[in-house]
This record gives sequence, structure tokens and C-alpha cells, in this order.
Amino acid sequence: MTPPTIDQATFDELKETAGAAFAVELVDTFLAEAPTMLAELRRAFAAGDADAFRRAAHSLKSNGNTFGAQAFAAMAKALELGGLASVQAAGGAPIAALDEEYARVAAALTEIKRA
Amino acid sequence: MRERGQSGARLLVVDDNKVNRLLLTRSLELQGHSVASAENGRVALEALRREAFDLLLLDMEMPEMDGFQVLEQLKGDLALRDLPVVVTSSLEGIQNVVRCIELGAEDYLQKPVNVVLLKARVGASLEKKRLRDQQKELVRRFAAPEVADALQQSGFELGGKRVQGTVMFADIRGFTSLAESQPPEETIELLNTYYTLMFDAIGGHGGIVSQIAGDGLMAIFGAPLPLPGHADAAVRTAIDMIEMIELFCAEQASAGKPPIRIGIGIATGPMVAGYTGTRERAVYTCIGDTVNVAARLEQHTKVAGRAILIDGTTRDALRADLGADALGAVEIRGKSKLVDVYAVGA
Repeated sequence: MTPPTIDQATFDELKETAGAAFAVELVDTFLAEAPTMLAELRRAFAAGDADAFRRAAHSLKSNGNTFGAQAFAAMAKALELGGLASVQAAGGAPIAALDEEYARVAAALTEIKRA
Repeated sequence: MRERGQSGARLLVVDDNKVNRLLLTRSLELQGHSVASAENGRVALEALRREAFDLLLLDMEMPEMDGFQVLEQLKGDLALRDLPVVVTSSLEGIQNVVRCIELGAEDYLQKPVNVVLLKARVGASLEKKRLRDQQKELVRRFAAPEVADALQQSGFELGGKRVQGTVMFADIRGFTSLAESQPPEETIELLNTYYTLMFDAIGGHGGIVSQIAGDGLMAIFGAPLPLPGHADAAVRTAIDMIEMIELFCAEQASAGKPPIRIGIGIATGPMVAGYTGTRERAVYTCIGDTVNVAARLEQHTKVAGRAILIDGTTRDALRADLGADALGAVEIRGKSKLVDVYAVGA
């Protein structure tokens, strides 16, 4: 069984501590910001900018953890730790995989938000 | 920059990631604090130099200026070095956490931040800051500005420390009858003028006023910071004090008010210096035999009929010839050996 895209317990805890309305606001902020961060990750990869690459991966990991997007956070963490070299060695595949996982996260969060 | 809330402490959240920034700000606001935020280290430093904050919550990975650079800047900034910093980050690797602590961060919280831990850490840091502020306020009130600044730079510890210094006691002669002869308001005004003059003289020579009670005061030269020539400094202070009192008496006379006279006792030697009292109320003071001798000499001025009395150790420690007359050995209460007493000035 594949783990859920969003860990419900983590998201519920966020709602409980920050308030349901605020959690929705926070999801909207993430959905607005994440594409920019993913674009920055790709830009840094193309430009060979290791610092910017690590920072973007770090930021995505951090937000993934906040919403309970466990697989997404784990992939971003692998990029943060592996750095540019690991992605270069894999021909950029991990970035494409992260993009795909993000699409699932965005869909799941949009769904949860409506619920 | 974004601001909300009013009660509690004033906090600054620094994080380049908007989701993190909003969430942390929200959590802290729900805990009753007033929170401002900044998106990188440079913006944060600008805010810190513009307005006062009680606590900084700092992310590490940031563009333009990262958290490590912020910590370094704060460490080198006299006005900001005491600002408590709680690092909130999801940095990988324990060595990064160690580096934060080494750079002066008070605490470290792993992101995503657990709100219960956040509350505990923020509360503890604010309490520590409150105590530090209280100590600073004590130093500010009782020490000359130079001493207070020097203390801030070197830091100071609670508890006693053995030092070599000079202690002074000063007291207004016939204060009780003076106080009885005029309305209390006038006495308060007189005391305020008196203390202002005396604090100036003491601070001007590098001493600190340790205690004031009624019309008496105790000053220390050579603690909390070592003061080269502490005996000279104390005796010169005493001479200045007498001069100031004479000027003050001339003013009093022209206003038709009674003159005042003071007696000063000075002793030099080893003493234990430190804070005594309770957490709520503490004074920086010295204790030991040297202190007792100074207090007794001050009382002995009435018997000797001289305004300034110093002990033999003070006289021997004088680097300049300040004209001390030997009055011989005097028996002092609480001391088995006789004390050589000298008088300075008229």
C-alpha cells in the first residue's frame, strides 16, 4: 500500500493548532509559492548554482513537512542532501519526479481544503 | 514586514519561506505575542536596529543574508548582543545546530515547529531576557556609564568574587536634627541634590555607588571592574565631594537655608564583591573587614573633627601626595588591632 500523499494526522494537527481558516489560508499560500520554488530549483540546476539549489530544496522539504506531504518532503530532502551533483548524475530525473509528486500534493491539498 | 497583535512580548520572525513565516507568526500570535516578520537576514537586521524586540526567531537557510551571518552580526553589535535568539530551522546535520549555539543562539527548534515546545522555549528565553534586563537596569542605576558599558562588554556574573579595592562611606552630619528643622519636602529635595552631586563625584572617578540609605551612601572603587589607582580615585572623590558640599552650602546660605556637612571614611584592602539580595531585589556590594573599617572611619570623623578619614592601607596605596595627616592608631569597634588613621583635607 502506498502511503497517502498527505498525512491526515499532520494536517489535522495543523488545523487544530493554527485554526481551520488559517490552515486554508496557509495551503493557498503554499499553492501560490511552490511553483516559484520548483522553478527556482530547476533554474539553479540549469545554472549550476549549488547554494540556490540546496536552499530551494530545503524550503520545499520544510513546507512538505508542515502539511504532512511526507513523500514530497522526503524527495526534497534527498535533493537538499545530495545536492546538484546527485541530480546531475541522474540526468535531472529527481526534479521531474518531484514535480510529479507536487502535482499530487497540490490536488490532495485542494481536496482537503474543500472538505 | 507584517505586524499584528498587541499583548505579550514583541517578537521578530525571520524566514525566507512565506508558509513558514505565516505559520510561525500565527502560532506566536495565538500565544499572545506581538509579532513582526522579515524575509531575510538583511531585512531583519534593519528592523532590529530600527525598533526594540524582546526575542528573535531565526531561520538559517536564507538568501541575501543567512541565519549564521545574522548571528555573527548580532554578536558584534553592542546594542543587540543580548537579544535572545531562538533558531527555528530544518537544517540537516547536528554540526549546524552546534554552530548556531556557538554563535550565541539561545535555543534551537526543529521545523515544523511543535507549538507546545515553541511556547516553552519562547517563554524560557523571554524570562532569561527579563532577568538580564533587570541586572542591566541595576548596573545602569548604580554605576557610572563607563562602568556599565564595560560591564556589558565583559559580561558579569552573579555571586561573590575576591577583589582588591577601596570602599567609601559618606554620611551627612547632624542629618536628623536638620530633617526635624524643615518640612519633609525640603529634606527630600536636599537629599536629591546631595545624591546627584555625590553620584557625579563618585562616577567621575570610576567608582560605583553600591548602596544608599537615608543620608548615607557606600561607594566601591575597584569592583566590579578592576580600577588602577583605586585608593587615589577614592580619596580624590572625597576631596571633590567636600568641595561640592561647600559650593552647595554657599547656595543654601543665599537661600536662607541651613548648611550641611558630611563625613567620609575610606579603607583599602581585600573584599568580596558581588550581588547580594534576592532575585527580585539585589544590590551590587562588597563585604569584608575592609568595608567595616571604612564604615567605622566614617563614624570616627565626628570624634576626630575631620571630614575625610582614611586607613593606613589607603594612605600607603596612594600614588600621588594628597596630603594625609597622621592621627595615630585608633581603636575601632569590631577590630582587635588598632587602625592607623590619616586625615585628608581640612
